Amino acid sequence: MSTEDENIKEVEAVEPAEDESSRLKSENPGNGIAGMTVLFFTIGFAASLIVGWIVFPNLLYSKKEQPIDFNHVMHMEEVDDGCESCHFFREDGTYSGVPKLDQCIDCHEEIQGDSRDEAVFVEEYISKGKEVPWLIYSKQPDCVFFSHSAHVRLAKMDCVTCHGPIGESTTLKTYEYNRITGYSRDIWGRNPENMLGLKKNTWDRMKMNDCAECHMEETGRKSSVSTHKDGCFVCHK
Amino acid sequence: MTQEHRKAKKFGMVIDLDKCTGCGSCMVACMAENNVPFRENETDKLKSITWMRVYKLTNGKPYPKEEICYLPRPCMHCEGHKGHSPCVTVCPAIATDYDMDTGIVSQIPTRCFGCRYCMAACPYHARYFNWWDPVWPEGMEKSLSPNVSPRMRGVVEKCTFCFHRYQLALDKAYAEERRELEEHEYQTSCTQACPSDAITFGDLLNKNHAVYKLKKSTNAFRLLEKLGTNPKIYYLSSREWVRRAGDNYRPGEGTGKIKSHH
Repeated sequence: MSTEDENIKEVEAVEPAEDESSRLKSENPGNGIAGMTVLFFTIGFAASLIVGWIVFPNLLYSKKEQPIDFNHVMHMEEVDDGCESCHFFREDGTYSGVPKLDQCIDCHEEIQGDSRDEAVFVEEYISKGKEVPWLIYSKQPDCVFFSHSAHVRLAKMDCVTCHGPIGESTTLKTYEYNRITGYSRDIWGRNPENMLGLKKNTWDRMKMNDCAECHMEETGRKSSVSTHKDGCFVCHK
Repeated sequence: MTQEHRKAKKFGMVIDLDKCTGCGSCMVACMAENNVPFRENETDKLKSITWMRVYKLTNGKPYPKEEICYLPRPCMHCEGHKGHSPCVTVCPAIATDYDMDTGIVSQIPTRCFGCRYCMAACPYHARYFNWWDPVWPEGMEKSLSPNVSPRMRGVVEKCTFCFHRYQLALDKAYAEERRELEEHEYQTSCTQACPSDAITFGDLLNKNHAVYKLKKSTNAFRLLEKLGTNPKIYYLSSREWVRRAGDNYRPGEGTGKIKSHH
């Protein structure tokens, strides 16, 4: 009994449906619409991600090699005072940054070892008395005041916290800079995780927000009347 | 690692108008120190940028009773009520801010988008707008100070109490494992340039600083004090008419009564 009823209902139900689908087919590829939409959306989405994450950054950033390759590991073995042996503080508390020829000349008056970079360094720079035009990865914009003294001397922070394990590197990485602003890419952060706003190490990214975040946690200053946080004038000039 | 706080400061200035000769050294020193741009033609003073400006006051009487007083005017670094100085309150970009630790009204040109509300709000005309990008005569850009960032067209700038000098002095102190500065370690450019020692700079809260005693003089007054701007520049003058010129007084009302001492 029940099966008969169902059959009848089915027949009744199917007939108009068949009509409709055949009508749709003649105008438009029916089921395909959703499929094609999803397909195109996926392709478009993937394409825009590729453009945004790979093509655009490559267009935006230009690459430069350092004039000479530098081996930090080898030098760390030779010095007694870690990073501060060459990247030292002056007496007035200012920071010397990248070493000048004066510091290198004691050992490098004559060619040491047989690397090609060493030969170039001595012949092109030392003997001519010309400073090496190092490309500085962490060079800040003109409007930023950064005090190494406050961070290293007062807050006793390690160099690694912001600069990463540079001392353990045997070669210098390629310097990338923004074609529009001219700023180094390292200020912005380059690891793939940064694209998603993730950060594994403190040194992965050194944007203003990262500075501000640490300042909030470590100094607890709330001296700004407008923001009730640390003031802009601490780092900006 | 939250560090213990440095004692809050309130940097301010006391300018002795009896000593000021109007020579303008402070203006020159300020422009050189802070990379203040100038134009080939500086005749239109409305468009000149002078963080420190010397005004000439007269008592308005005919010779031989005429008297002249020169009044140097930097940014007053108004504290207002609890740090709400006129310019800080109106800034929509938080490009200018009051720092409770130093008492300095900061100006961050890179945040400023040039609406100039602060200029309208400032009763002292201490703020200036950059109508053009700065252009220095050829070769002069080599003498610019690397400690002060030059400003671009379309932003407002003003006196910062040579804040970069404070930062550099702190750098030195940190290197010597100190947190506090001596009075002489942080002085503004105009203070040091004044040949007649009319300008004194220091922490208004510190009893050992010269400004602390000077501001308590009965000759002390502040500009437009009645507006409630609570400025941190004090002036000294032994002449009643000069003190009266600093604010609007009713006939018969005495001067020299600073109500809100720090």
